[in-house]
This record gives sequence, C-alpha cells and structure tokens, in this order.
Amino acid sequence: MTGVRVLVGTRKGAFVLTADGTRHDWQVAGPFFPGWEIYHVSGSSVDPNRLWASQTSGWFGQQIQRSDDGGATWEPVGHEFAYTGDPGTHQFFDGTPRPWAFSRVWHLEPSPTDPDVVWAGVEDAALFRSSDAGASWQELPALREYKGSQWAPGAGGMCLHTIKLDPTTPDRMFVAISAAGAFRTDDGGQSWKPINNGLNSGHLPDQDAEIGHCVHRLALHPAKPSTLYMQKHWDVMRTDDAGDNWYEISGNLPTDFGFVVDVHAHEPDTVYVIPITSDEFHVPMDGKLRVYRSRTGGNEWEALTTGLPQSDCYVNVLRDAMAVDSLDECGLYFGTTGGQVYASADAGDSWAPIVRDLPPVLSVEVQTLR
Amino acid sequence: MILPGHLRSLAKVTGEVRVEAAGGPGEPVTIGAVLDAIEQRFPVLRGAIRDYGAGPRRPFVRFFACEQDLSHDPPTTEVPGPVAEGREPFLVVGSISGG
Repeated sequence: MTGVRVLVGTRKGAFVLTADGTRHDWQVAGPFFPGWEIYHVSGSSVDPNRLWASQTSGWFGQQIQRSDDGGATWEPVGHEFAYTGDPGTHQFFDGTPRPWAFSRVWHLEPSPTDPDVVWAGVEDAALFRSSDAGASWQELPALREYKGSQWAPGAGGMCLHTIKLDPTTPDRMFVAISAAGAFRTDDGGQSWKPINNGLNSGHLPDQDAEIGHCVHRLALHPAKPSTLYMQKHWDVMRTDDAGDNWYEISGNLPTDFGFVVDVHAHEPDTVYVIPITSDEFHVPMDGKLRVYRSRTGGNEWEALTTGLPQSDCYVNVLRDAMAVDSLDECGLYFGTTGGQVYASADAGDSWAPIVRDLPPVLSVEVQTLR
Repeated sequence: MILPGHLRSLAKVTGEVRVEAAGGPGEPVTIGAVLDAIEQRFPVLRGAIRDYGAGPRRPFVRFFACEQDLSHDPPTTEVPGPVAEGREPFLVVGSISGG
C-alpha cells in the first residue's frame, strides 16, 4: 500500500509517524530511546525497512541504532568514531587552536544503492563511512585534511551536517560544515575542493576566502544534480555548476536568514525555505510561521501560510528538519523547536500539524512507501 | 554494579549487574578491572562510561562505592573490599548538570 513514514529526531527521543497516501490520518509511534538526543533518523531507499538513528548524550556519548523492520525494533551497532591518525587542532571561537574531538553524529546518509553502506557527518567536523551495516566506521580523512587546522565552529558546534550524493555520478558527493563551508569530492572522498566561490559572509574579512563560510544547508534534485540550493547563515544561494560558482536568489524573501532548504520531488526548479528573522532572533518574522516557495528556481517567492500559525508563533526550524516525499502530489514536512511537525499533502499549498507537542524537533526525514 | 537508567536501557538489563572483575582468586579488583568487565559483557557500553580504549572517565559520569567517591581515583585503584567480594555495589552515576 502506498504511504509515508516520517522519521523525527528530537531532544528527548525519536518518533515514527505513518500514514497512507492520503496523508490525513497519522499514527504516532515513540518515543524510541526516550531521554536521549536523537540528532537524525534516516531510512534506506534500497531497503525501506532499514533505518538508522543517531542517539547521543552529553553524559553517555554516542550510539548508533539500526532497525531492520521499519522502526518497530532497534539494535545498537558500532559507535566508535575514531579520526584517522592524529587529527591535530582546529580554531576555536577565541582564535586559539583546540584539539579535534568527536562529540556526536549530526547526520546519517544511507547509500542509494547498498543498504549496508551509510555515511555519517560528525562534530568535530569529519565524514565517516560504514560499509558493514554500521558495525564499524572509517573516516574519509582527506576532507578534514583540507585546511582543517583553520576551520572554526559555528555557534551550534563544528559539525558536518549535510551530505548530498549525486545520483548520476556515484563518486561525486557534497558536504557542508558549520562554519567551514561547502565541499565537493569527485573521486569518492579521496580528495575534496571547497565550493564557496560567490558566497558573501559578513563575519569574514575576506569575501574570497576559500573556507569559513557558514553554510546552513544544501539541497539538490536528483534529476538536476549540478544545480544546488543553499541556505546560508544569511542569503539563499544557487549554483548551476555543482558548486563552482554560487549566486544569490533571495529575491523578495522578507529575510534571507534561515536554516532549511529543500526541493520539490518532481519539479527541480521548485524550492522551499522557511525564513527566520535573523541570527540574533531565531524565530519567524512577526510571529508568523511561513514557508516560502519559488517555482522559478529562486528570486520570486510566495508565502505559504494556510494552516500555519500566523500570530504569536516564536519557534525555530532547524537545518535538518524539513523533508519532501515523492508521492504523485509531493508532500512536505517540517518540525519545529516547539515540538510541532507540520505536513502538507499538496506541495505546500496547505498545512496541518501531525503532532503538536513533541520535544524540540532536531530532524525530519520522510520515506515514501510503495 | 548499579548502572544509571540510560545505560541499563542500552544494556537491556534491570537492577544490579554482577561481573567477574578479577583475573583470579586473590588478585586485586581495581576500578579499571570493573570497567573492563562491564564493557566486555556489554560492548554497547564501550565509550559510554569512559572514552574508547579504556580512556578517561566521561566528564559527567561519577563512580561511587561504599559511600566513597572514587571518580577521581586512577583506574589502578582497588575498589573497597565489600565491592570486590560482591556484597556492595559499584555505582556508575550520571552527574547532575543543568538546572
């Protein structure tokens, strides 16, 4: 039966929300791993029953959980993330060198071809890969070795938070790091290049700096993978040459600060963002929670408000907390720091909450089940 | 041993956990040996109490036994006799932090 499974990571556990293709009636399962921070839950597109969860705690460290039955049951797998060699130091907020130290996994990106392969983006920023269904993890150190000693954390930590795989070029991958910037590999991670040309960042003295840009999120459409969209600290950006050059597409947005960006499942030029007031005020503008949609690949944006609170709303939507399904009529989902998960079954025209009172939402993914 | 709730959930145990922490009769039972034993029995706990590879205690974890705080003692420290004899527990405690 056609349906969707929404995977929600929160500050106090994971939740699995399911519905049939109408996306009207929802079943809520969870919390799984109650009391733990669940930075990300993701599912394999090759084997939809295989799910991954990053379970983390300031007290007890990192665990990785795997489910092979669609989230009904979970088993812990390998959770040792050891940097290759001596990782040395990176920059800290005060400009002093600080030893590289693993703290948590922010993002788990399953392979689109092999259910036993999954990539992990971690803090302090590095990229790991497991090819044995999570039993062990190996770093791809060439990324960190690209001027890693000069990287510095953003306010949320020096995290590798975005991993995008190019479905047409298997050795090509994009990652984004706060606040080092975006990087691309064309050889499966053996070498990387920074792809930050065209980004303007007020916190940097040199706008041509290769690294140091605060990229919040990248998105791409699998049918047009050389076009990427970026929500940067400030500015919504676009590239049409796989990141070699970026240009701004903020256009008529009320503010171009924000965290999420995503692309319609069937329309590569239809893009979504959720503007957030500013870096000093991490809430929607004027207390109105509005998703903005561009059907022109940027610059021309329309506010989508039906079903979303339009007064007294002061939540945030974090960088990994938006997703799209691939049913015939594309569905969208996002979660807030107020614990609401909103869904739209009509490409954003109208919205309704699936749940209203979860712990603060850290991440939202969706699986389309056929 | 008595583990905090989150670690009992990870290890899928309830109540006290008994481990054999000495190499043989008459050999000393140290903090390190206790931790080695619990990690060997429950590999999921590796890295959760102390850093991987018998590394240092995680910052927000404490060790108590027989009304003593052993948190800052080196791993070569012998645990109190009643703990070594299995009559009193070695407590792993998640420290209070936050408001």
